[in-house]
Amino acid sequence: MFEQKNSEALSADSLILDKQVLVASLDDIRKTYFMGSLSVEVLHGISLDFYAGDYISIMGPSGCGKSTLMNILGCLDQPTAGKYFLGDEDTSEMEDDELSSIRGARLGFIFQSYNLIQQLNVLENIEMPLFYQGYSESDSHEIAMGLASRVGLDDRVDHKPFELSGGQQQRVAIARALAVDPLIILADEPTGNLDSKSGAEILKLFDELHDQGKTLIMVTHSDELAERSQRWVRLRDGLVESDDRRNS
Amino acid sequence: MTDAILESPTPSAVLTPGQSGAKHAESLFGLNLIRLKKITQVGIKSIYSHGLRSLLTVLGIVIGVAAVIAMLAVSEGASFEAQQQFRDLGASNILLKSVKPAEVEESSSRGFGPPQAIIYGITNADVITIQESIPGISNVIASRIVKKNVWNLGISINTDVVGTTVDYPISRNYQLRAGRFFSESEMRDHANVVVLSDEVADVLFPIDNPLGQSIKIDSDYYNIVGIMESEGFSNLGQNQAGSSNSAPSRIFIPFTASKSRFGETTTRQTAGGMESETVELHEAIIQVESQAAVIQVGEIIDQILRRRHKDVDYEIEVPLALLRQAEESALRDQIVAGAIAGISLLVGGIGIMNIMLASVTERTREIGIRRALGAKKRDIIAQFLIEAVILSGVGGLIGVVLGIIIPFIISALWGMTTIVTPTAPILAFSISALIGVVFGLYPSVRAADMDPVEALRHE
Ligand SMILES: Nc1ncnc2c1ncn2[C@@H]1O[C@H](COP(=O)(O)OP(=O)(O)O)[C@@H](O)[C@H]1O
Ligand SMILES: [Mg+2]
Repeated sequence: MFEQKNSEALSADSLILDKQVLVASLDDIRKTYFMGSLSVEVLHGISLDFYAGDYISIMGPSGCGKSTLMNILGCLDQPTAGKYFLGDEDTSEMEDDELSSIRGARLGFIFQSYNLIQQLNVLENIEMPLFYQGYSESDSHEIAMGLASRVGLDDRVDHKPFELSGGQQQRVAIARALAVDPLIILADEPTGNLDSKSGAEILKLFDELHDQGKTLIMVTHSDELAERSQRWVRLRDGLVESDDRRNS
Repeated sequence: MTDAILESPTPSAVLTPGQSGAKHAESLFGLNLIRLKKITQVGIKSIYSHGLRSLLTVLGIVIGVAAVIAMLAVSEGASFEAQQQFRDLGASNILLKSVKPAEVEESSSRGFGPPQAIIYGITNADVITIQESIPGISNVIASRIVKKNVWNLGISINTDVVGTTVDYPISRNYQLRAGRFFSESEMRDHANVVVLSDEVADVLFPIDNPLGQSIKIDSDYYNIVGIMESEGFSNLGQNQAGSSNSAPSRIFIPFTASKSRFGETTTRQTAGGMESETVELHEAIIQVESQAAVIQVGEIIDQILRRRHKDVDYEIEVPLALLRQAEESALRDQIVAGAIAGISLLVGGIGIMNIMLASVTERTREIGIRRALGAKKRDIIAQFLIEAVILSGVGGLIGVVLGIIIPFIISALWGMTTIVTPTAPILAFSISALIGVVFGLYPSVRAADMDPVEALRHE
């Protein structure tokens, strides 16, 4: 339904795009999985540019390669072919340590299954990316406390993940993703495990982040969720099927 | 949810190289101290959360470290005792002792039949033969040792009365605390003079100075001419007739006096009847001129005595040979201790490796999360390595504590001398910590080498 809305907006939009800053650029990305003698190409050459402050939904049927693409965008995985520029840096040439640094400093991850560390409490979970960036204890504490209250969990900072609801856990994960003030926030089906009410809360947080100028890339099944974003990329069988933008 | 905006709304769009990477200077292989502290805390937490499992894991290390320290303490104690004995008996001395032969001991304890008369031990003729047939013997100090009640007025003590010659203190390296030893002329005269050991003097004369006073043995009085310093360690004189007391309390009278007052035969009432023992000499100290020849001379003496005695009613002690033996057995103990250490630390190390591998598998997801949040491979390695080192270090520490306590128990129960030298615990602990590094390395590297995507997908 929003596709129609967008096709009208395209020409006006491109003017705005010209002034925007490129944060990530995929150039003919291919990904092949090797399983013994078998090899399966999952992404068949994907080229996409992402601009600062954009809020992008990546959609497509299950198994079309959304998570694979997100892992590449998140520098968790390397493409088999093609180039991925984060800012002006070519990540395909990077060593493992550099990729770790990039993940820690410029990317924020939000997973479907929250992926909090169970032995650590809310505050310690939020502090974790700061720890790997070498922030001092007092700095990390201050930032983590601020973010905990930002996501409405300032009264739960010493709780362990299992003491929280799914929605609360995902809010912790969002706070954690924001800790280092990343360049891009990557969310792979962030509401996939949540009921609609908790999902709506997460959504509202994303809206706020977008209003603040954060760059968000989100994988979702839900049209309702996707509707709030500014740009929709549809994948099918490892290729970009459509790429539409909201008229703003 | 709050509307408050945490950070300034300016998009962090422009990438500068300085934006990524650490905000603080890194040190120590890229791990600063804050990180090290945090990683250590995480490690302790993880170990603590599996208390029993962790304890069982380090048991091998605990036992290994404790066993090694205890073994070395016992070995060290034994070699200390040997050296003490060596110093006590003299490096160039050979000691001969009369010993009641085994068969005689048996039949007399059965206690039947007519009064027994046993003759055994070293004789004056033995000593003369030895002196005449072996060159390089500088002196022989022969002694008779008789168990007697010694009196000062109402106080008495049962002690060994050693009838000996004037050279006795020099040969045994004993010092006189007061007065003098008896002289050659007193020896010739069969004089009733006595030198007390410290212990005996303390018992008989608790208040006044014993010098110049006299003691009574049987019906004779002996003038006290000297006090000998405490003998310390000595295992001589324990096998004498009627001697059940191994305490080194002794008094010394001229050999001649002993022979004429007490004779060579002692009679004793046993359960089954009378028993009499005749012993010419109870002990003889043979001084050899050169220390290099002492072991060889000892062997020759053994040959001579074997020819002259049909029963084994004597004992030869060569302190130097004892020392050599002690040194050899100390070395053997150390090798055994080393082997035990090696095996148990290996077992302990494998235990740690096993548990670390399990831990890595259990925490695959955590590893994936940490990697996604910016942990480098070396951060993951450090985390698991520190955990392994904490495990083995704690095991080592418990082992050290046990290894220090056990020798005390051994000493208390069996009266063995044990010495814990500082090197043993330090070495054992360092090795146990090293075990943590060596056996923790493989699991840690495996953890770090996991593919972040795979790890994140792990259930
Ligand atoms: N590690 C892997 N090894 C082999 N095949 C994989 C691996 N990860 C994903 N795939 C395959 O790649 C395809 C795309 O997967 P994915 O990116 O997870 O899809 P989506 O997230 O869009 O559902 C699927 O067919 C999946 O089976
Ligand atoms: Mg997926």
